[in-house]
Amino acid sequence: MTLLSVLGVLSSAIFSGTSLLYTTLGEIIGQRSGIVNLGLEGVMLVSASAGFAVTAITDNPYLGVLVSIIAGGLMNMILGFLVISRRANQLASGLALMFFGFGLSAWIGRSYVGAKIKGLPRFPLPGSSNLPVLYSSLFNFDLLIYLVIPMAILIWWLLFRTRWGLGLRAVGENADTAFASGRNPLLIRYQALFAGGLLTGLGAAHLSIAYTMNWMEYMTAGRGFIAVALVIFSKWNPLRAIVGALLFSGAVAFQLLLQSSGIQVSPFLLDTIPYVLTILVLIVWGGTRRHTAPASLGRVYQGTE
Amino acid sequence: MLTPPLSSKTPPMISMREISKSFPGVVANDHIDFDIFRSEIHVLLGENGAGKSTLMKILYGFYRADSGRILLDGKPAAIQSPNDARALQIGMVFQDFTLIPAFSVAENIALFLPDLDTVVDLEAVSLWIEEMSARYGLRVNPDAMVYELSIGEQQKVEILKLILSNSRLLILDEPTRVLAPHEVDALFQILYSMRQDGYAIILITHKIKEVLECADRITVLRNGCVAGSLLRSNASEDKLVEMMFGRKLSGLKTGKKVIREETALPVLELQNVHTHGEGAETNLEEIDLKVYPGEIVGIAGVSGNGQRELGDVVLGMIECVKGTKHLFGKDVTNSSIQKLRRSLVGFIPENPLTMAAAPFMTVLENMAVTKTWHYALQGGLTMDWKAIKADVENTMERLGFSFSLNIPARSLSGGNLQRMIIVRELTHDPRLIIASYLTRGLDVQSTLAARQALIQARDDGAGVLLISEDLEELFMLSDRLIVLYGGRIVGSFTPDETNYYEVGHLMTGSEVQYASNS
Amino acid sequence: MRQILNALKRSDWVGQKYVNAVLRYVFMMLFAFLLFGIILLISGKDPIQSYKDIFSSTLGSAYGLSEVIVTMTPLLVTALAVALPSRIILINIGVEGQLYMGACFATWGALAFGHLPAWILLPMMILLGMAGGSLWAFIPGYLRAMGIVNETITTLLLNSVAPMIVSFFVFGFWHSPMDTNKTAIFSPSARLPTLFNTRIDLSLVFALVLLTLFWLVMKYTRWGLEMRAIGGNPQAARRNGIPVKLYLISIMCIGGAIAGLAGMAQVSGFYGVLLANFSRGIGFMGFLISWLAGGSPLGILLTSFVISIIIRGGNLLQLTIDLPYAVINVLLAFTLFVVLARPNFLTQRKEA
Repeated sequence: MTLLSVLGVLSSAIFSGTSLLYTTLGEIIGQRSGIVNLGLEGVMLVSASAGFAVTAITDNPYLGVLVSIIAGGLMNMILGFLVISRRANQLASGLALMFFGFGLSAWIGRSYVGAKIKGLPRFPLPGSSNLPVLYSSLFNFDLLIYLVIPMAILIWWLLFRTRWGLGLRAVGENADTAFASGRNPLLIRYQALFAGGLLTGLGAAHLSIAYTMNWMEYMTAGRGFIAVALVIFSKWNPLRAIVGALLFSGAVAFQLLLQSSGIQVSPFLLDTIPYVLTILVLIVWGGTRRHTAPASLGRVYQGTE
Repeated sequence: MLTPPLSSKTPPMISMREISKSFPGVVANDHIDFDIFRSEIHVLLGENGAGKSTLMKILYGFYRADSGRILLDGKPAAIQSPNDARALQIGMVFQDFTLIPAFSVAENIALFLPDLDTVVDLEAVSLWIEEMSARYGLRVNPDAMVYELSIGEQQKVEILKLILSNSRLLILDEPTRVLAPHEVDALFQILYSMRQDGYAIILITHKIKEVLECADRITVLRNGCVAGSLLRSNASEDKLVEMMFGRKLSGLKTGKKVIREETALPVLELQNVHTHGEGAETNLEEIDLKVYPGEIVGIAGVSGNGQRELGDVVLGMIECVKGTKHLFGKDVTNSSIQKLRRSLVGFIPENPLTMAAAPFMTVLENMAVTKTWHYALQGGLTMDWKAIKADVENTMERLGFSFSLNIPARSLSGGNLQRMIIVRELTHDPRLIIASYLTRGLDVQSTLAARQALIQARDDGAGVLLISEDLEELFMLSDRLIVLYGGRIVGSFTPDETNYYEVGHLMTGSEVQYASNS
Repeated sequence: MRQILNALKRSDWVGQKYVNAVLRYVFMMLFAFLLFGIILLISGKDPIQSYKDIFSSTLGSAYGLSEVIVTMTPLLVTALAVALPSRIILINIGVEGQLYMGACFATWGALAFGHLPAWILLPMMILLGMAGGSLWAFIPGYLRAMGIVNETITTLLLNSVAPMIVSFFVFGFWHSPMDTNKTAIFSPSARLPTLFNTRIDLSLVFALVLLTLFWLVMKYTRWGLEMRAIGGNPQAARRNGIPVKLYLISIMCIGGAIAGLAGMAQVSGFYGVLLANFSRGIGFMGFLISWLAGGSPLGILLTSFVISIIIRGGNLLQLTIDLPYAVINVLLAFTLFVVLARPNFLTQRKEA
C-alpha cells in the first residue's frame, strides 16, 4: 500500500462525502423545525437529474448547479404542502415523495443516460502545486468541496446564533411555545423545508455534476437514507455532521484501502457500519436521549383552535 | 412585610367586569368582577374547579369570555389572544411550564424578547438576565439547559421571561404547587421586591397559609362566582376556609361507626412507601397506610398533593422506590398491574376518559378490557359477550344506572363515562377498590347511587380507598380519614374525632391546628 | 355529475357514507391521472390512448389481470406487516428490511436443503423466512418496549442494513457460477407452486388467509380486544391490566414474521432465486398502502389492487410509448399525493 493509494482513497472519500454532507445539512434544518423528510432519496434524484440535464444542454455546470438547487427547494415544497398545510403524515408523505422522485428523475434524465458533460471546474488546493504532479492531481477540488465545511459552519451559525434559527428550533421543539412567542410555526416550517431543499439540491448537484459526471436511474443508491442516519448520528448538529460525514465516507474509503491491500473483507459488511454505529449510539444515549432530538419531530401541528 | 393597605383613590390597573364563560356542561365563570392594582399582590383563592384558572386565561387572551369586559386604566381593552395581552404588558405563568427543555435559559428567554436582534447576542441576553436576576433574587445560570433545572428554578426562568419581556402584570397559576417550602419562601421574597417596583401580581392558589403570608388583597371564587373579596387585614383563616368551601361549618359531622376487627388481615398495607415522580408528579414520602376489609379509608387532599400518585402506586403504575406493598398479606411491591387486577382490585381513576377508557371502542368492549381472561372462550378465540352484557346489566340495575352499551365510549357524556367506569370496576365484587373523585360529573341521584354502591361493597367486606377533595363526601363515607399534603400523610383520624376545619387546614398546608384556635 | 352527487347526499341510504368515500377516491384518482396526463403530453404522448392501453392491458385480459394479482400479492402481505403493529400504535417502517431478512433466511433453507421434498422444504422455508423477519423486528420492538429507542428510527436504520447482509451472502457465498449478483436457481421443491397456469403463486392464498385472519382476530378474539384497547389509549390499557410491553414486543415480531413471509414468497415464488437488491421498495409501498387504507384489511385489498394496476401500467409505458419504466412512479406518487393531501376522512381513527 503506497502513500499514493492512501491519498487517492482519501480524495475519493472527500468527493463522496461532500454530497452527503450537503444533504445532511439540509435534512438537519428540516428536522430542527420538526419535519422529517424520508423522501430525501427522491429529492436528490430529481435535483441530480435536473442539474445534469441543464449542464448537458447549456454546457454550463454552474447553471446546472443552480437548477439543481432550485429543484431541491421545490421538491421539498411538495412535502411542505402535504405535511404543513394538509397536515398529512410525515413518514407516508416522505415515502410518496421518494417514489415521485424515482419517477420524475427517470423522466427528466431519460435522454441523458450516458451523456457526457463538462463537470464542475476543479481548482488545485493552494500549495499542492509544489507536490509532484501525481500527487497534486489528487488535490484538485471543485468549488462545492471547498465550500462544504464553511457551509456547515454557516448553517450552525444560522441555527444557533440568529433570531431565525432560534425561532426555527423552537418550532421543532414545541410549536405552541413558538406560537406563543409571536411566531408563525407554519411559515417557519415552510422556510426550513425550502432552505433544506436548497442544500439537498446542492448535494445532489455535486453528485451528478462534479463527482460521477454522469446520470443513471437511482444513482443516489441510498445516499438519502444515509443522510437521515447521519442526521441522527450527528445529534442534529451541523458541526457534528462534518465529523459524521467524514466517518461515513471514511468507512467507504477504508474499505477501498483494505481491498487495495489485499485484505478480504466484504464491502457490504463494511457498508453496514454507519447504520449499526448509529443504532448503537442511539442505544447508548438511551436514557439521556430525551433532549437531543427535536421534541416535536414528526408531529402534526394542529394550530391553537 | 406587608405594604400598607392600598388607598382606594388609586384607580385599578385592570378591571374585569361581569365576566362569564361556560364550557359544555359547566359554567366556569358567572358574572365575575375582579380588580387588579399596581404594586399589589392579589391572591385568587378557591377549590379546584372554582373557575380561577379560567378567569385568568380570559385575562391573558387564552380563552374568550362569553360576556363581560376588561378595562385597562379605565379604558376598554380588547384582548383576543395572548399576543394582545402581552402587548398590554400582561404575562402569565401556566401550571405546565411552556419552557423548552432542550434550550438553555438564555435561549428560552431570548425567544420571548420583543426586540431581539437578527443576530442573537446570547451573551448580552445572559448579562441582562444576570442583572435582573440579581435584582430580584431570581438566581439562575443563564447557560444552564432547562431540563437540568429543578422545578423551582424553572419557575424562576418563567418569571424572568415575563419581566424581561416587559410584563407589568404577572399572573402566576398555582406557582407553589410544585415547590418545596423553602422554595416557596424564596418565591415570595421575589414577589415582594417586584411589588416594590410597581409590578402587579396575581397569584392563583388554594393554600390558605400562603395567602395569609403574601397577599395584599384576596378574592375567593366558589363554583364560578365571587364568594368575596377582601384586604389582607380583614382576612382570617377561618373566614377564608368558610368562603372557600362555601358552607356554614357547623362543627362536627359524624362519620359511620364501624367495628373493625383489628386482628383481620389488612386488604392493603403500604409500609414506608416512597415514589420518585417525573416532571409535575408529586413525590410520595413515608407513606404508611393500612386498609382493612370492610372499611372505607378516605384520602383528603387538594389535587397535586399526591393523591393520584397514591392510587397509581397501589395499582402499580408507579414504582415504589422504597418501601413495600402488601395485598392480603402477600408482598406485591413489584407485581404487575395484571396480577393486581386479577387479585380483584378495582380502580376508578380521576379522569375516566384519559385514564380508563378507550374512546373509540364501544361501551361494552370497554367493560370487558379489565377482565379479558375472565370472559375469554376457547382460550381467547372469542369473547363471551353475552356474559359480559349480563354481568354489566346486572350491576347497572343494582346501581340504577342506564346508558347505551353499543355506542363508542367517546360519545358518552362525562357523567355517563364516570358511570361506565363505576359499573365496570364494581362488577366483579372487587376486594380492594381505589376510587378517585368517585362522584365527579354525576348528578345528585347518581351520586347517591355511587356512594351507596361503595358502602354496599364495604359492607360486603371490601376495602375501599376513597380519594377526594370533597370534605362532605369524605366525612359522610369514610370510616377513617387520612390527609395528604405535599406527598406526605399529615393527619389520620376517624371522622368523629375531627371536623371540616381541622381537615381543611391540613389540606391547605396550614400549620395552625384547630385545637389551638378553640 | 353534480346532480348525482347532490342526490346521493340528500338520500339517507345507509351506504351513503361509503358511496361518498368511493366517489371522492374516484375524483382523486382522476385528478392524479390528469396531472400525469400533463407529463405524458410534455413527452409528446397521447395521454388518453396511454390510459386506455394501461387499463386494457391490465384489466382487459385474463393474463393482464393475473399479472396485476402477481404484483399485488407481496404488497398485500407487506401492508399487513405494517397494519398489524399500527393497531397498537407501533410504526413499522422497517418492512423493507424484514422482507430482505426473510428472503435471506428462506434462501439459506432452499440452498442447504434443496434436495428435500417440497412438503418438508417449503414449510421449513416459510418458518425460516418468518424467523428472519421477526428477528429483524425483535430488535426495534424490544428497544421500544423498554423505552430505549423509538421504533421508527430503528426500523428505518435496519432497513438499510438488511439488503447489505443479503448482498454479503449473495456476492460472497451463494452466487451462481454464471452470475455474481444472484444465487443459483432454486430446486423445484423449493418453489412455491403456481396457480391456474399463471404466475400467481401460493402466496396469494397466504396473503388472503392472513388478511382474513387479521380481520377475525381483531374483531372477535381476546387478543384483538386487548390490542384495540392498547391502540385506543395505551395509558388506560396499562391501568386496566393489559400487558402492554409484552404486546409491543410480540406484535412487532409477528409483523416482522409476516414481512419475512413476503420475502420468502418473493424468492421462492416470484423469482425462484435470490437477487441482491430484489425488492426496490415493496416494503415502503406496503407502508404507504397500510397508511392510506387506515390499516383495514378490505382497504388494503382495494388500495393494493389499484396501485398494482398502476405499477403494471409502467411496463406498458416502456414497451409501447418508450418512456422509462420508472416513470410510472410519477403517476403512483400523484395518486398518493392527492390521497395524502386529504387526510381528514381517511385516517379519522388515527393520529390526533
